Amino acid sequence: MTVAAKPLVETARRPLRDGRRLSLDWLGAVPFLAYVGLFLLLPTTIVVAGSFVGPNGLTLSNLTAMNQSYIVGAFVHSVVVSATSAVLGAVLGAVLAYAVATGNPNGVLRRLVTSACGVLAQFGGVTLAFAFIATIGFAGFITLWLQQHGINIYANGIWLYELSGLVLVYTYFQIPLMVLVFLPALDGIRPQWREATESLGGATWHYWRYVAGPLLAPAFFGGMLLLFANAFSAYATAAALISQGSIIASLLIANTLSSEVGLHQPGLASALALVMVVIVAIVMVLYTVLQRRTAKWLR
Amino acid sequence: MSGALRRIGILAGALVLLTACGQTTSTSTTSAANATSAADVGGIDALVAAAKKEGKLNVIALPPDWANYGAIISGFTAKYGIPIDSANPNGTSQDEVNAVQQLAGTTRAPDVLDIGMAVALANTNLFAPYKVQTWNDILDSQKEPTGLWFQDYGGYMSIGYDSAKVPAITSLDDLLGAGFKGKVALNGDPTKANAALNGVMMASIAKGGTPDDISKGVDFFHQLKQNGSFVPVSATTATVKNGTTPVVFDWDYLSAAHGTDVPTWKVFVPNNAILGGYYAQAVNKQAPHPAAARLWMEYLYSDEGQNLWLKGLARPVRMAAMQKSGKIDTAAAAKLPPVNGTPVFLSADQATKAKDYLASHWAQAIG
Repeated sequence: MTVAAKPLVETARRPLRDGRRLSLDWLGAVPFLAYVGLFLLLPTTIVVAGSFVGPNGLTLSNLTAMNQSYIVGAFVHSVVVSATSAVLGAVLGAVLAYAVATGNPNGVLRRLVTSACGVLAQFGGVTLAFAFIATIGFAGFITLWLQQHGINIYANGIWLYELSGLVLVYTYFQIPLMVLVFLPALDGIRPQWREATESLGGATWHYWRYVAGPLLAPAFFGGMLLLFANAFSAYATAAALISQGSIIASLLIANTLSSEVGLHQPGLASALALVMVVIVAIVMVLYTVLQRRTAKWLR
Repeated sequence: MSGALRRIGILAGALVLLTACGQTTSTSTTSAANATSAADVGGIDALVAAAKKEGKLNVIALPPDWANYGAIISGFTAKYGIPIDSANPNGTSQDEVNAVQQLAGTTRAPDVLDIGMAVALANTNLFAPYKVQTWNDILDSQKEPTGLWFQDYGGYMSIGYDSAKVPAITSLDDLLGAGFKGKVALNGDPTKANAALNGVMMASIAKGGTPDDISKGVDFFHQLKQNGSFVPVSATTATVKNGTTPVVFDWDYLSAAHGTDVPTWKVFVPNNAILGGYYAQAVNKQAPHPAAARLWMEYLYSDEGQNLWLKGLARPVRMAAMQKSGKIDTAAAAKLPPVNGTPVFLSADQATKAKDYLASHWAQAIG
């Protein structure tokens, strides 16, 4: 963009009095910088600053409170739910993406699956939670229909409203997201490479072990990290589904902000958010590193 | 991608926009904003006129099915012709206070608040003192002397249940029986909602604990969780109606209201654990409609307003006085769930102790 704009800007420039020229190249980036500033840097600054503020001014107590067992527990749960749903989503999503990639590139199936994935990857929050509550919730119609046929899916506890339920519901939007991010990597694999392996006497296993595997691994694990961050930061789905115990970090933040029984601690909420930011930042750094390796092959 | 950041960002951005776009309020009714009684603005008629001139009232966190607020809101509008903007009906008391702070100086700030005592006591600096005409009917223990807050209605913690789905309940331990698998719920998370905290406290007292010690209640819910009786869903009118939560710990006046949807709904208050609780009203110090806010208070504390709460099965704060004067709606009073025994009310210290214990133990108990 800068390159294309240069000649135009050049003609518009006027020499300044002291001979220097005023470049207007940066103007094009203003909307982007304003957006990032307003929606990423400003909130992050507010969160960081807020973590050091208590009821009586500056304090470190919000951060030292992070080692309390219920807070550690919430983060552990968050990580477990995110990791489990990421692994499930990545494996199942990769299999589905492979099935689509090996089919006709302009076929109906591929178009159907990719557009469905585009929609379903964004199908989260209250609507998704409600879909599950209405179907397999405690009074959901599938639950009741199965009960009439002698099958009680809640015989061993009401798992939908717990961690296991979260994993199931999250996987619903994780799989389509994995398909979307993994499909380009699969498309980058040339059929000729397989032919080359075979002409050199390699079996299917050799192809996957020495050619496709190493090529796809960065994309696969990168996708998995993306899914992890996606699940880790999810809030609305969990809030609509789980109303007891604030078992994951994002729910705990909401609770410390809106508790009416005296547990309203905005400073603690900021500190919790800060820990989440740090964890997501680590994941995103790993993701970027892997993404770079993938990009090399797909150029 | 990083949804948390994105969402926090959107929130912060929205706040910036809100504060930027909100218009500052007019100062045409300065006298109403400083009035501590109807007499200060020249009597109730002058207050009505000033409120009509403002032409609007902002309320917040008043669910229409909670203590008959649906009828109260439409009753006020019908009587004075002042439309009411009812925001975030399912919010908590803390959400109300947050809105007062975040929307301060805009025309959208809440004018009046209906809040739990913990939040009321912690935020008196946000309230304007005001004494309704019926001020003397309110017991001294139920109001702040200058009128910063005054209790409005209350009731007792109870166990409501659908008698068609579960056996009759005569004691707390019945809930551990086989007929209650996957059926017992609270009205909210006790670390967040006042009603749920009192539900756990009631269980604690029934199990031999004291108002100073909520641990026995937490242990009881842990037992319910262990044997599969506890439903980790917040009870609402909808979950009661569709059968997700056939047994609910809740204020008796909220619970009794389920009878309209579920005719077999019964309300049980254990004799050995009569835990009472009142909410309080307060006027926002920076109310954008100061006269309407004060008129709303006069309406709520009039015989008419008090009887509307009573129709919602909440015990209005002037109930005793109105029984004496004969102004009480006796038909509505007769529908209140029977309560025998001496009620216990949590002090601020006891509520603080309870929430501190819950903060560190609740998630584990039901996790």
